Amino acid sequence: MTKKSRTLSLKQRGLMNFEAIMWLFTRLSALGMYALILFALTGALVMGARNNMNFADVMRWAFMPNVSHVQSTDLASTDTWATPLWKLTASALLLLATAHGVHGLVVVADDYITGERGRRYVRLLSILLMTAMSLIGLWLIWTS
Amino acid sequence: MGLKRDVSLSTGLRYRGPAGYLTFILHRIGGVGMGIFIAMHILASFVGGRFGGAINGIYENWAFQIFIFFCVLFHAINGLRITILDLFPKLLDYLPEAIWIEWAVFIPLFGLSVFVILKTALGG
Repeated sequence: MTKKSRTLSLKQRGLMNFEAIMWLFTRLSALGMYALILFALTGALVMGARNNMNFADVMRWAFMPNVSHVQSTDLASTDTWATPLWKLTASALLLLATAHGVHGLVVVADDYITGERGRRYVRLLSILLMTAMSLIGLWLIWTS
Repeated sequence: MGLKRDVSLSTGLRYRGPAGYLTFILHRIGGVGMGIFIAMHILASFVGGRFGGAINGIYENWAFQIFIFFCVLFHAINGLRITILDLFPKLLDYLPEAIWIEWAVFIPLFGLSVFVILKTALGG
């Protein structure tokens, strides 16, 4: 008797092709983003967010710890918010989120665009979008 | 050749499946919403000037903040539920319970956030 597929372990289901690897990547990158967002949120509270920022500002920082996101707050100085540590955290979050998000858009598009040619265009566009967003985002993080 | 669909889009939208259906469609709306928002936000910040400022101005509006926070928070909480259940597939037997827990986490967190955003935006 064959086991129900949903109760098979990850190992038994196998990770042979690109789609299966991206399926796992989507879930692991979600956990990675949770870690980075909680790290940024904790960092904001340690650096004095409680008395100088409103809720929306703290959330903006947590989801993308880039110094331009806290420039309109009551902070006396944003120096500690622009260290390489935060730029690296922001870069990691950007790259994870872009890969996770662009692949997600491809999955959504595949539900509506079912032709072979259309799907090839979707993939081409997705690679262009992912490269462009990663590069522009990194440029913004490291120059702001 | 593409797949053949047996139902129209309007029939599809009116479909009410078991518990997972609402979370599925909200996860999708949240994901696409964030994709559009982040892409436009990155481009607007890159272009800068009056055009970029006008686009980024929309994002500081409280109504937009509530919408995008719904997308982000729901996508994050639902995504964590999907991740946990997919990495530990034995738990899939408790899918309806997991979705109830998910709403029990999402509704208070989102409600409190909306209250705080509105208080800051309208109360000054």
